[in-house]
Amino acid sequence: MEEQKHHPPHWAQRFVEWYCKPDLAEDLIGDLNEYFERNVRSIGPRRAKLIYMIDAFKFFRIYTVRRPTFVNLFIHWIMIGSYTKTSARNLMRNKLFSSINIIGLAISMSVGLLLIAFVLDLHSYDRFHKKGERIYRITNVATFTGEQGGKFASTSIKTGKLIREKVTGIEEVAIVRDGFSEDAEVGDNILPIKGFWAEPSLFSIFTFPMLEGNPDRALKDPYSIVLTETAARKLFGNESALGKAIKFDTLDYQVTGVMKDVPFFSHINFEALVSLSTAEQLNKNDKNLEKWTSMWSNYVYLLPSEHADMASIQSQLDAIAKEENLADDNTKIQLELLPLYKIVVGENLRRSEGLHTVSPHMPPFVLWILGGLALVVILSACFNYTNLSIARAMRRFKEVGIRKAIGAGKSQVRQQFLAEAIMISLAALLLSYFIFLVLRPQLINLAPEMQRIVKLELTPSMVVAFIAFSVTVGIIAGFMPAIFFSKVSAINALRNVSAPAYRSVKVYKLATLRRALVIIQYTFTLIFITTTAIGYVQYKNILAFDLGFNTENILNINMQGNKPDALLKEMSEMPEVTALSRSLITTAVGNAWGGYMTYKDSRDSALIMTNHVDENYLSLHEYKLIAGGNFIARPTTAKAVREVIVNEQVLKRFNIADNNPQKAIGEEITFSNARGNGRKMTIVGVMKDFHYGKVENLIEPVAFMFWTPEDRAVINAKIQSTDMLATMAKLESMWKKIDPVHPFQAEFYDETIEDAYSEYSAMIKIIGFLSFLAISIASMGLFAMVVFTTETRLKEISIRKVMGASSGNLIYLLSRDFLWLLSISALIALPVTYFFFESVVLTHFPYHTPVQIAELFVGLLAVLLIAFMMIGSQTMKAARSNPATVLKSE
Amino acid sequence: MKGTNIGEFEELVLLTVAALMKEAYSVAICDELSNQTGRSVKLGVVHAVLNRLEEKGLVKSHLGEATKTRGGKRKRFYQLTIPGKAALVRAKSIRDQLWDRIPSLVWKKV
Repeated sequence: MEEQKHHPPHWAQRFVEWYCKPDLAEDLIGDLNEYFERNVRSIGPRRAKLIYMIDAFKFFRIYTVRRPTFVNLFIHWIMIGSYTKTSARNLMRNKLFSSINIIGLAISMSVGLLLIAFVLDLHSYDRFHKKGERIYRITNVATFTGEQGGKFASTSIKTGKLIREKVTGIEEVAIVRDGFSEDAEVGDNILPIKGFWAEPSLFSIFTFPMLEGNPDRALKDPYSIVLTETAARKLFGNESALGKAIKFDTLDYQVTGVMKDVPFFSHINFEALVSLSTAEQLNKNDKNLEKWTSMWSNYVYLLPSEHADMASIQSQLDAIAKEENLADDNTKIQLELLPLYKIVVGENLRRSEGLHTVSPHMPPFVLWILGGLALVVILSACFNYTNLSIARAMRRFKEVGIRKAIGAGKSQVRQQFLAEAIMISLAALLLSYFIFLVLRPQLINLAPEMQRIVKLELTPSMVVAFIAFSVTVGIIAGFMPAIFFSKVSAINALRNVSAPAYRSVKVYKLATLRRALVIIQYTFTLIFITTTAIGYVQYKNILAFDLGFNTENILNINMQGNKPDALLKEMSEMPEVTALSRSLITTAVGNAWGGYMTYKDSRDSALIMTNHVDENYLSLHEYKLIAGGNFIARPTTAKAVREVIVNEQVLKRFNIADNNPQKAIGEEITFSNARGNGRKMTIVGVMKDFHYGKVENLIEPVAFMFWTPEDRAVINAKIQSTDMLATMAKLESMWKKIDPVHPFQAEFYDETIEDAYSEYSAMIKIIGFLSFLAISIASMGLFAMVVFTTETRLKEISIRKVMGASSGNLIYLLSRDFLWLLSISALIALPVTYFFFESVVLTHFPYHTPVQIAELFVGLLAVLLIAFMMIGSQTMKAARSNPATVLKSE
Repeated sequence: MKGTNIGEFEELVLLTVAALMKEAYSVAICDELSNQTGRSVKLGVVHAVLNRLEEKGLVKSHLGEATKTRGGKRKRFYQLTIPGKAALVRAKSIRDQLWDRIPSLVWKKV
């Protein structure tokens, strides 16, 4: 008798009943049951159940599956007309609720549309290459002693050559060297050109169609150059460029080809390609070019032969790396293959500073986070729909009752309500598309990088994705109402339109569900809005952060390789310019320059950040000297620089003169960088600590050395002007005289700082926008619920009023429930946000200000205020109505 | 014409249906086949074959009485039809003919 207790899994049985033809179902399930009973006895209930489930799926065969009969389809088709009609009537009858649903869904869906467009754009990168699926790029995984390693997009030229020689199963290898950037001279026409050094094989791997010239030979000989169509037109006008000469610096290059412009959605972008043999000629004497460890500015692309064994290629790469790593003790490099399609959307790879080309990149987790945020907003709108439909259910019971009475099954009612929800969401799609059009330029202009990454233009696949998305949203929104209405029994629905029917479907359970949905909605809204508030305050704090020096009204002019003296002289005569100085780089915005310093112990060397500045730099930026003074000597060559001004961290790092700044003056250190090895230098001044890196970084040891004319220059000008535009125009005309080719590059220090943190401002804008959406959607939902409750409780309100309740009492009565929900949401949301910031976000900022109570509660206050305005206005309206007219019609 | 030729497994199932007479329903056929042939026969396969045979008109079926043992589900009993019987007889006669054509001399050599 024991086996009687065990039942086959219910859902599996239901599943078979669902898919199986009705006339086959009974004996089939019977057979399964018989087997089950037998199995329970022989191998135990657990395995018997498992076998039952597996068998239930095994019977899913062509001959068992029921087909939708023609009649069913036909009825369905006719009924769609009826569904559309009733849904449309229902929409028209409740204009307020329909518009709240449609607008809410439209607003939230526009975010979804933006995200879909964004993701599709990112995934269309590099798809124009015909052999794209087979193309790989080499990733260097480097570890250095004493320095941070990591994965690099670049590799060495040697890697490419070794792969070409040794690795089997490769059809083509192309080495591409980054950093070709020179001024092209054609007659009087001078134009800066940026591009790559590349090999002929590039054209057989990638699909870059050649308009003129032979792709197999164009990049073979030294000093040959292939121009893109646009570059060719800029340089030569309408004449054919092929075979003409271009002068770069002092050398003549021959144009051996003109190719089509690089498509927008390409991860590499260039105006011209110069043969790699040119780079080899130019660097003939540089042994480093061919070194295994010169991996900073070359890319190697591979095209394995069709059906190549990637595992074997990888193991051959490992073998190469193993052999090459023997030669160098400090650097260990592993080679990895990165598929072309994973370059743009894929792992974050490091690249060395100062390369001319930036390839667009988006790590997948950012997309997932954005997707999650968008989902929250969309769900919020779906919750509104669910809540409103269920709350207003009473009015539609009659309809459902009649439908059921004349023969509609559960599934048909379900379909009806799903169809209605999908109709609404399709209507919302139309509206949200217009919102999408409005938001698109905003998103693209959000950050300068954005313009380079995406276009967000409508493509056929995007249209399909939009519609599919809209239908999905409709199904999510309509799911709960559909289930709810399909469960209503005809008798209950028709017996009495109002109370009993409502009660029969477990009204309390539904109210709990509604409350839960409202709590979730408001929790997310509060998290969004509080995050925005805290993020904004923190961002402002970063911008206003005391870096340890003054950045106000300082204009930095990048000389772009020109000598600064002429401009400096002219500027010094301008009355608006109150002070001038020169420096190598602009600090505190993420730029870095450095070298290794040793003190007495020659084995103890440390990386020290440096800047090369002239004698006016310190006073212009108001650096605080705590000991010593400015540079004494004014050397004109880098070799003659013998003085250094350091910050307190340097003294601390080497324990110079027991950390006593006064005694440190005159101490000697040794310094090595690109300018020369092991130069002895004397400390002439000690500055108070200041921020050389961005605010995220801890204050590091920094040394200033004298700027000499060999250095690139940035002119720092302190400007006092009432008419900034005129001053800038004047400066620009001065610049034109010095450098007619390159555009004037000048930016105020404060703006540069703002740019350096633009990613945070973009993030805050996005979250701020989402929180605005979330709050408006939640508020709309709340508003609709309030309208509905006051409508249904109008009589109660009137009676209370007659009995002497004040408006205040009534508002309290109606808002009490909501206040509870809001406080629960606040109790969840505020601590979550607080801890999220304190323990996750702000730990990256060692110098941050703590989160203030005010920022935490400002969001809650705003939400409360909006809620009270809505509840208040509706209640006042109800309370002001004359009780006599309301109660008359009982 | 569809239904005149039957496969080896189909033939076995048909024979079992005939042998089991009134008790021929899927699980019993499955068990009987397993016992007689010694191979493990899957219920799903038997089911599919029975369904195909019924489509071909070689067997017919009817639902029996509900019993407690199968969760209250009725059994579907199968019966040989006249074309079914004809198909079996034909299959047997083809084999017999072929058997007869083998001279006994050959057997000894193998």
